[in-house]
Amino acid sequence: MTSLKVLFIWFVLAFSVSSMADEIIQFSSPLNKTRYQSLIEELRCPKCQNQNLADSASGIAVDLREQVHQMIENRKTDQEIIEYMVARYGEFVLYRPQQSSATFLLWYGPFILLGLGLVAFVLVLRANRRKREASL
Amino acid sequence: MRKILLFIPLFVFLILGVFFYLQLGKDTQYMPSALIGKNVPNFKLVSLETDQVLTQADLPKRAYLINFWGTWCPACHIEHPFLVELAEQGVILVGVDYKDEKALAEQWLVEKGNPYTMILMDELGHFGVDLGVTGAPETFVVNRAGQIVYRHQGPISAENWPEIRGYLQ
Amino acid sequence: MLPEIGQFSLILSLFFAFSLAFVPLFGYWANNRLLLEMARPLTFIMSFWVLVGFVILTWSFAIDDFSVLYVSQNSNSQLPIWYKLSAVWGGHEGSLLLWVLILAGWCSVVALKIKTLPKDIGPIVLALLGIISTGFLAFLLFTSSPFIRLLPNTPADGGDLNPLLQDFGLIVHPPLLYMGYVGFSVAFAFAVAALITGNLSSSWARWARPWTAASWAFLTLGITLGSWWAYYELGWGGWWFWDPVENASFMPWLAGTALLHSLAVTEKRGVFKSWTVLLAIFTFCLSLLGTFLVRSGVLTSVHSFAADPTRGVFILVLLFLFVGGSLLLYAIRAAQVRSTVSFGVTGREAWLLLNNILLTVLTLTVLLGTLYPLIFDALGLGKISVGAPYFNTVFTPIALLLIVFMAVGPLSKWHHTKANVFLWPCFVSAALSIFLSAAVIFIYELNFIAWLSLTVVFWVVCLSFSDWFSKVSAGTKGIIPRARQLPRNYYGMLLAHLGIVVSLVGIVLVSLNSSESLLRLSPGDSANVAGYEFRFDALEQVRGPNYVADKGHFTAYKNGELVAELHPEKRLFTTRQQVMTEAALDAGFTRDLYISLGEKLDGAAWGVRIYVKSFVRWIWLGGLMMMAGGLLAALDKRYKRRVGAANA
Repeated sequence: MTSLKVLFIWFVLAFSVSSMADEIIQFSSPLNKTRYQSLIEELRCPKCQNQNLADSASGIAVDLREQVHQMIENRKTDQEIIEYMVARYGEFVLYRPQQSSATFLLWYGPFILLGLGLVAFVLVLRANRRKREASL
Repeated sequence: MRKILLFIPLFVFLILGVFFYLQLGKDTQYMPSALIGKNVPNFKLVSLETDQVLTQADLPKRAYLINFWGTWCPACHIEHPFLVELAEQGVILVGVDYKDEKALAEQWLVEKGNPYTMILMDELGHFGVDLGVTGAPETFVVNRAGQIVYRHQGPISAENWPEIRGYLQ
Repeated sequence: MLPEIGQFSLILSLFFAFSLAFVPLFGYWANNRLLLEMARPLTFIMSFWVLVGFVILTWSFAIDDFSVLYVSQNSNSQLPIWYKLSAVWGGHEGSLLLWVLILAGWCSVVALKIKTLPKDIGPIVLALLGIISTGFLAFLLFTSSPFIRLLPNTPADGGDLNPLLQDFGLIVHPPLLYMGYVGFSVAFAFAVAALITGNLSSSWARWARPWTAASWAFLTLGITLGSWWAYYELGWGGWWFWDPVENASFMPWLAGTALLHSLAVTEKRGVFKSWTVLLAIFTFCLSLLGTFLVRSGVLTSVHSFAADPTRGVFILVLLFLFVGGSLLLYAIRAAQVRSTVSFGVTGREAWLLLNNILLTVLTLTVLLGTLYPLIFDALGLGKISVGAPYFNTVFTPIALLLIVFMAVGPLSKWHHTKANVFLWPCFVSAALSIFLSAAVIFIYELNFIAWLSLTVVFWVVCLSFSDWFSKVSAGTKGIIPRARQLPRNYYGMLLAHLGIVVSLVGIVLVSLNSSESLLRLSPGDSANVAGYEFRFDALEQVRGPNYVADKGHFTAYKNGELVAELHPEKRLFTTRQQVMTEAALDAGFTRDLYISLGEKLDGAAWGVRIYVKSFVRWIWLGGLMMMAGGLLAALDKRYKRRVGAANA
């Protein structure tokens, strides 16, 4: 009798949730979902006209998204996933260029420019002060 | 001092202009393979013809081409006759049936001819990802030492064959 | 027959552009009054023939003349009429003709208002604009004519306009964007005219200001529309991708903002003269650079036109002539410019100098990121990608710093500001901002970055209010009459600055407070996303003028009440056999509900993307506020008074 009850309850539950939606890509934790969403925005679709994996509908993007998904669920770290992609597709697939001597200017350039700008600012103000003092 | 500073924008622009000129006319879509100089990655794939599991030990010992194709790919239809010609000329072609169905692939080969010395089934596309394949058709040139030396995206035809053949030596 | 007339009218306009380029300049050199005065009529005639060419091309689209190659590539007999007409600028050749038309338009307006300028400067400005027109008309005629014909094998029907472009966005975005892009050529012409005539007094800044403000307003609107269009068109709710073509429009905007502020200083105080000239040249050079990047194929982008190296070489030559020429002229002539006036460390000049520097750094940063892959490849170092993660990391901190200073700058006075003008308002605003922002973070459960950004937002709002209040409560008249008296320029600034932080609110909240789900749904299913219940009611097949589609019917509920009905479609355009997804939106002040159909799965199930985008509309609301601010500044009454003064 008990097993019939269990069966009955199971049926009721099964039908009552059948109208709720399933996520197409399932994750074992919310952190994994966040990591996935962030990683597919960092990786470039190798064959598209400048789109990340998240936005592209092309076959290779679908495959690589699934690859990222599986690797996350297999407890690989973000760094391991990135290295995996770079080993196969080159640095080209990273929208965030890896830091190296070749990309030093890229990453530090803006802040170097900012520094130069602030130096220029100070110099102009000083020159102005000298001008004012000279005209007094 | 100030005079020199005033010329900086012009100099920067001229340098940029040189870079622009160098890049004009280059095929900016071309992506060199990340595996140049490396061996073909390990694999365990089923052969289309013999149903046996093949590994990298079964690959040819001379220089050869790995050609990714699929019955779903229109450009592969266009490329195929040329591959048959190449096979007749003695070029060794290893085919990879990429994300395809065995029955359709067999029918295709019966109808259009088989230029491949062996054909690997990569139904899920994992071998393709390991090689950095971006779509079909795609062809890799592997030299005598087993190293990948070139990757060609898109169909091989009479126009681009001379360049690809150059890598085969 | 008509297309040949179109081609001929472009040839005529090239002839007149060429005359416009050289006759007045020769007149200036030879001191010939008559030749100088030819500038105005030559401008009108040149513009007339460009307009004729454009109208003929439009007419060819309207009557489905597929014997014109460009029409057959971008149109189709089934295309609705408003898309046929906007398809004129749907491809490279036509959009370039639009560029030239808008340039001719700006030239004509300058020619109409030439009486507001001194007798020498006006014709030279027009001549310089003529040189630019000549370059682009030559480019059009020699490499990209829209009137090439397909005779005798005229196709029966056209290849259809790219489905992604079959949208309202195509009707408005390119023309408004070009109005801005091309409008900076006027400021450029003023700057170069000042260099040529050696008349580098601050008056050129006064003439250039309204033109620059108007171009800036148009460019702001153009970029805002582009972002809005990408958001609803592309199907995943992104609004900015740091794509090279987007950056190509953003860089002139950043430089143009610096220019706008720098012109104010040069006009009022006579300082920064050579900086302002350089900025005017720099801004237009960035417009030209953008044209090069988009049409030459050196950069990969979803927006770029089909690449053609011949065209690329031609534009590069134009770039060398215009950019190289103007920068050379600057290097030689600017040395003669010296400001005699000085300013104090706390004066408004100093604040605006800081503003200039920060905006220039931001412009160069975007330029660096955009061009780095190109330079990397040119040096043989391989292929890298520089995308959104990079730009967001380097751009955001410097931009936030700028916005913090933006709030304080308006409080300053020219030459010197007393400390107490700053201290009390800044202290109170800082305290208020930190507290208010913390409250918002607590209620909405956001993070540190959100707190930081919202603090900056409240900081700007508090200080702006404080500045306005101090200005209207000064004197004895009373607040409302005093508020009415404040110049349009001031309200323009206020509106634009507030617009920036409104956009910032949208940017922060849409990034941090939105929800996204990719779900498997069949008709009859429902889903819960971010507190809303979405029901997939039905799926039907529909037919459009040039497509067939699967149309989903969704209803959205909140707390049991019906909020919206949404109908996303997946369209197959029959001519090009191209599938496109048309997202369904319910726009709201605090959130957008966004549904887009993905792939059809097995059975009756579909992959459906459901987004709840928090405060996304604020991004474009801010853009509209900025545009309104720019227009207000351009229409400031003192520019009208100047007309009388110049004629006297």
